[in-house]
Amino acid sequence: MSSMKMTLNIWRQKSPADTGRMVKYQLDNVSEHMSFLEMLDVLNEQLIGKGEIPIAFDHDCREGICGSCGFVINGVAHGPRGGTTICQLHMREFKSGDELFIEPWRAKAFPIIKDLVVNRSAFDRIIQAGGYVSIPTGSAPDGNAIPVPKKESDRAMSAATCIGCGACVAACPNASASLFTAAKISHLGLLPQGQPERYDRAVKMVNKANDEGFGGCTNIGLCEAVCPKHISLENIARMNRDFTVGAWSYREATGDGGGA
Amino acid sequence: MELDPRIPAGPIEQRWDNCKFDMKLVNPANKRKYNIIVVGTGLAGGAAAASLAELGYNVKCFCFQDSPRRAHSIAAQGGINAAKNYQNDGDSIYRLFYDTVKGGDFRARESNVYRLAQISVNIIDQAVAQGVPFAREYGGTLANRSFGGAQVSRTFYARGQTGQQLLLGAYQSLERQISLGKVEMHTRTEMLDLIVIDGRARGIVTRNLLTGATDVHIADAVIVGTGGYGNVYYLSTNAKGSNTTAIWRAHKRGALFANPCFTQIHPTCIPVSGDYQSKLTLMSESLRNDGRIWVPKKIGDTRSPQTIPEDERDYYLERAYPSFGNLVPRDVASRAAKRLCDEGKGVGPTGLGVYLDFSDAIKRLGQSAVAERYGNLFEMYERIAGENPYEVPMRIYPAIHYTMGGLWVDYQLQSTIPGLFVLGEANFSDHGANRLGASALMQGLADGYFVIPYTVGNYLASNKFDKVSTDHPAALAAKAEVGERVKKLLSIKGKRTVDSFHRELGKIIWDYCGMARTEKGLTEAIAKVRALKAEFWTNVNVLGTDGELNQSLEKAGRVADFIELGELMCIDALDRKESCGGHFREEYQTPDGEAQRDDEAYAYAAAWEFAGEGKEPVLHKEKLTFEYVHPSQRSYK
Repeated sequence: MSSMKMTLNIWRQKSPADTGRMVKYQLDNVSEHMSFLEMLDVLNEQLIGKGEIPIAFDHDCREGICGSCGFVINGVAHGPRGGTTICQLHMREFKSGDELFIEPWRAKAFPIIKDLVVNRSAFDRIIQAGGYVSIPTGSAPDGNAIPVPKKESDRAMSAATCIGCGACVAACPNASASLFTAAKISHLGLLPQGQPERYDRAVKMVNKANDEGFGGCTNIGLCEAVCPKHISLENIARMNRDFTVGAWSYREATGDGGGA
Repeated sequence: MELDPRIPAGPIEQRWDNCKFDMKLVNPANKRKYNIIVVGTGLAGGAAAASLAELGYNVKCFCFQDSPRRAHSIAAQGGINAAKNYQNDGDSIYRLFYDTVKGGDFRARESNVYRLAQISVNIIDQAVAQGVPFAREYGGTLANRSFGGAQVSRTFYARGQTGQQLLLGAYQSLERQISLGKVEMHTRTEMLDLIVIDGRARGIVTRNLLTGATDVHIADAVIVGTGGYGNVYYLSTNAKGSNTTAIWRAHKRGALFANPCFTQIHPTCIPVSGDYQSKLTLMSESLRNDGRIWVPKKIGDTRSPQTIPEDERDYYLERAYPSFGNLVPRDVASRAAKRLCDEGKGVGPTGLGVYLDFSDAIKRLGQSAVAERYGNLFEMYERIAGENPYEVPMRIYPAIHYTMGGLWVDYQLQSTIPGLFVLGEANFSDHGANRLGASALMQGLADGYFVIPYTVGNYLASNKFDKVSTDHPAALAAKAEVGERVKKLLSIKGKRTVDSFHRELGKIIWDYCGMARTEKGLTEAIAKVRALKAEFWTNVNVLGTDGELNQSLEKAGRVADFIELGELMCIDALDRKESCGGHFREEYQTPDGEAQRDDEAYAYAAAWEFAGEGKEPVLHKEKLTFEYVHPSQRSYK
């Protein structure tokens, strides 16, 4: 098994108030079969052995699906491979002697908590604004009652695979959350079940993303390039169409209370 | 202690309906007077929190992750079972019930399993209505595939990401309730103790993982859906953060822990590659629909797999179990792989691996059809193993995946502490000694969407609740204990990292309480785990402080609980002198190496009571009766 030597410059920041800085670490005996996070585990074990505080980073499933992990390696969100999260990026993608610069997602709407950990709760609030179908438990018709064309269903599924990691925001020069927001608007807007709230949903979610301090979309496409799930820019076009329709036809709900 | 499972009367088909009718209701206007705590936001907890809030209860919900969407249910790949019989292939509620009881090797409670099968059909409807993009046929109807232990196609799926899509459905419903102000969500917050007042669960103590603040939360009922404890083995398919702390703390406050030794080893995972390895990755059971499992017939055959001729391959599952073939249940498939690797026929650099080969399927269906079914799994394999499974067979080996054991609950999902309800993988109830594939998602959602909304209402309507304040002596005592423990962990300043203890624990449990267990091994393991516990509390090194994000401190608390649970698992495995499902005692096997049950002596759920630090746990038995599916030697031949 080949053993690699890596030079890692890692962003260290004690707390949100701390200014933060790059710190250089040397790591020998890196196996090509390790995942990137396993390499950081090894580094952390060594740091603890020396009495130094280990590097904080978010991670959980380590299978590329929970969306917890993510940071920037040499300027690229989730690193050089493309179509993967950091946890599934293996060291065979690098060469011995490489020097890497590792930084957290940087965006106004994702404040840094510590080291490589950022606060992405703005994403939850965008979903709260309308990223759902209002269907209380128990009130659903039979699953086959409404046929859904396979093509539409597949397209909805492709949008729905978004893991909410935030790489799209980190890669975008505008720190826009358009790809994330559009993925949910598309997922639900493509399905018959999502139709009743379709245009309202688009308006509310887009407005919420703006309120949270994410930037606008200027069709640069870096979001799509770094997305571990290959979410397509086409979704942003669909979001813009739905937003336009929704904005033009938006009406306040009428408060026509119950009778009897 | 008398264990009353509260099984309703009547024929099994009518029990849940009878129960629902007999249970007391809380009228709509009164629901907002009750406060409910839900810990965990996976399929069970997330579905429960959303559904209870929809009903009008005030819900406080907690997760340790940064968002409820990241709960480990998200990683479930293959699918969810439901007795819809859309395929017209002979499925029914009764068949799903039968398959599940049999698959669990006759160690599950029949009434619960029947209810699960009944509810399964509602889950699919609910998920579709939420916009879960299940796979569909060209005519627009829902598609199905097959999973282990079944001869019908009843598994609904969304590519290889079914758990993700179902969880997002529950998560979105939960976020909707948060936006409506009915759920108060606490992320990056961990439950570290249960507050029991006058014999009832009345709250929890939490630690804010960002600030270290410990807080008391009071409610009228506490619902725990915090998942399984597979990470006791260190290497498992669980997420790194999955832990036993919530249920273990509840256990130490009086909730009995049932069948802790019933753990599931999944046959198709990517093998271990080095000692730095942090987790194991599952390759979905759905792959066994089209992949064929084999090893070389010759011991120590190191030829590359494509060059081994057909007649020198042993497709051992197809050979030994012709009627189920590659789709035998997980415990059977895992043991067969271990047996062949023990014989020296294993493949790969460590010899701990078997082939999962798609070349026939690619020939039959074409590469694009295979890619459509399993594309994301193939990509994942390629990223991790560095080999292209379209060209070279996958190498796979069993790994810990799921835990059937958990807190004992009655039919209404209430633990032995009144007011503490336990859902999903965290409870012990529905899968017996072996869970069938695609049944975990079904159970989590059944508990969360369709059982707890009724049973918690019954509990609330049947009891009077005194007002309890956050400075009640019991609450303050629990909070002080949590604080002491954190302080203690930080003050030891020993020489070993938390991870090194966790790895050592995992190795002990895997070696002695993994795929094969013996009396001698388990006895040794108990001594080793006790010694490890003593060393942990004198030699662990946790740096940093309490008042900040401190991931080492979080892990330390969880590993301390895993150590104690590991001991109980070995005690339980030692006590159960039979083999059943995933619990394989080498002393008890049939002549052809299958699990040999002892129904006379062991047809019970073993529910363990915590008797105090350093004391032997006390065993209570819930006798299992089988009125409908008569216990027999499971045969998948």
